[in-house]
Amino acid sequence: MVEEEGFRRYVAHIILWIGIAIVAFPVYIAIVASTQDNALIANGQMSLLPGGHFFEVYYQTIFVGTSGSTREPVANMMLNSLVMALLIAVGKIAISIISAYGIVYFRFPFRMPIFWIIFITLMLPVEVRIYPTYKIVADLHMLDSYAGLALPLIASATATLLFRQFFMTVPDELLEASRIDGAGPLRFFWDTLLPLSRTNMAALFVILFILGWNQYLWPLLITTRDDMQTIQVGIRKMITTTDALTEWPIVMATAVLAMLPPVFVVVAMQKLFVRGLVETEK
Amino acid sequence: MANVTLRNVRKTYPGGFEAIKGVNVDVGDGQFCVLVGPSGCGKSTLLRMVAGLETVTGGEIDIGGKVVNQIEPADRDIAMVFQNYALYPHMSVFNNMAYGLRNRGMKEAEVKSRVEEAARVLELGAMLERKPRQLSGGQRQRVAMGRAIVRQPKVFLFDEPLSNLDAKLRISMRVEIRKLQRRLNVTSIYVTHDQLEAMTLADILVVMNGGQVEQVGNPLAIYEKPLTTFVASFIGAPPMNLMSTRADEIKSQLGNAGDAGILGIRPEDFVITDQTPSGGVALPLTVEAIERVGAETFIYGSRAQDAQRIAATPGELPPGEIIVRIPGSEAPPIGQKIRVAAIRAKLHLFSGDGRTRIEA
Repeated sequence: MVEEEGFRRYVAHIILWIGIAIVAFPVYIAIVASTQDNALIANGQMSLLPGGHFFEVYYQTIFVGTSGSTREPVANMMLNSLVMALLIAVGKIAISIISAYGIVYFRFPFRMPIFWIIFITLMLPVEVRIYPTYKIVADLHMLDSYAGLALPLIASATATLLFRQFFMTVPDELLEASRIDGAGPLRFFWDTLLPLSRTNMAALFVILFILGWNQYLWPLLITTRDDMQTIQVGIRKMITTTDALTEWPIVMATAVLAMLPPVFVVVAMQKLFVRGLVETEK
Repeated sequence: MANVTLRNVRKTYPGGFEAIKGVNVDVGDGQFCVLVGPSGCGKSTLLRMVAGLETVTGGEIDIGGKVVNQIEPADRDIAMVFQNYALYPHMSVFNNMAYGLRNRGMKEAEVKSRVEEAARVLELGAMLERKPRQLSGGQRQRVAMGRAIVRQPKVFLFDEPLSNLDAKLRISMRVEIRKLQRRLNVTSIYVTHDQLEAMTLADILVVMNGGQVEQVGNPLAIYEKPLTTFVASFIGAPPMNLMSTRADEIKSQLGNAGDAGILGIRPEDFVITDQTPSGGVALPLTVEAIERVGAETFIYGSRAQDAQRIAATPGELPPGEIIVRIPGSEAPPIGQKIRVAAIRAKLHLFSGDGRTRIEA
């Protein structure tokens, strides 16, 4: 990298700082707003400095909920979101690594057509197939359940494709050495392929967890009970109130809380991810 | 301890390509057999068929008196060393060697003693807890060997195990492999494209070309009496000089043997002399290039006549070029005309198509 000298370097830094400010400002506002009194915000007199209601707002948000339309404590919403996101991330990884293993390492009739069918589903987003999916989930009596929230989102072409590409880079000799060492297909998968896939799984977990956590449309459709509501749906419901003031501090506190698990996952997994990247050698 | 016998072994791929066209080889108990040939000659395929990694589409592979065509690799009682080592990257050296034993349900104490014994033999004792990526190429190679040794198999299979090492290490590992094989006395099949490796390691040398065996035998016997021009030019470096006997200058010297078609003379069998040995062959050459390697010198000379090009891949010389090997570093200057001669006993005669040897 070329070291820029003097003035040009300062300009670059200033531009970067402006960029950071633009990205970080809304987050800052959310945090500040979550510590203010609702009346002040409603009057449009919100201060840009943190207010003094931090503990009471967060206590109410986590354990009580809004006094208006949805009286669900956010702790419960977060639990729902967490279960859904974990089920989706873990389920997707489990399903796709197994199907990729099948496609790469076994010769069976219609192997390539099956692969292409999986591949084509990449081009169909959830929204397109949402009516048939809803119908199936409803017919299986899975509305308002964790299974209904997670299952339809688990089958994943992207992850299958990623694992397939990774498996194809694993040298054939490893499989052959395993065969000579007396390891059958399941042993090879468990003893060799899974440990080698650790980095890929970590990376995918980060992406899929955030994807699952941020689901909005699907949970909105299939949950009707307040106690099955996810946090993303909950925020939206808190904002729309029919005959009362929107309780902005609580909405903002919920938004801040909604950000925390993805941040935590990224920070926690990044270490494993990077370490794995350095360690793994094919 | 076992013989390995290949009976008319064939391999035809689904697309119709015939990779192995009927191979018969018999490797005696404890012998070291080397398959050598240019790339694409089918030597690796043949080895993988013995290992059970490729199906056999014709003939029989017999290990220790049992036809193993339909037996899984793990149950053939063989161990294989791969070119890229194929160590499990996430396992320690110890676990790499122990994996195959544990999969067979061996007791942990026995596993430990076998791995430690192999580590002692291969001087890997201090590295048992390391991961493969923390080892040098030569050490990885030894771990791969260790993984084969601990199994105490009937047959060792080596698939170009030294080709990823640098030249110096290759020579020392070559000697190590040979010593180890002698001590363990395990029947071994070794694939290489390096004729020097083949010559130095083999009890039985199998020279392959185009999916067929060109010649089988003791390496020195093959060197001294190659049966085809392919073997003649593949075994030995620099390769044997091959020339057409149709050229007048050679025909007149050979007399009635001149009908053979192709005359071969090894570079070291030439001497620079004005004499013509009785029944031998003398050639006038112009020195084109000199290679001094210290103990010996190679002279590249061009023949006076427009010598006819003779098809004998690989290692073929440009038409009319002759390599002469002389001891020491004294050599005539470039451009000088010299005369080289070889005695009758050192001449190799082949039929015109190069497929048969003619004893003069």
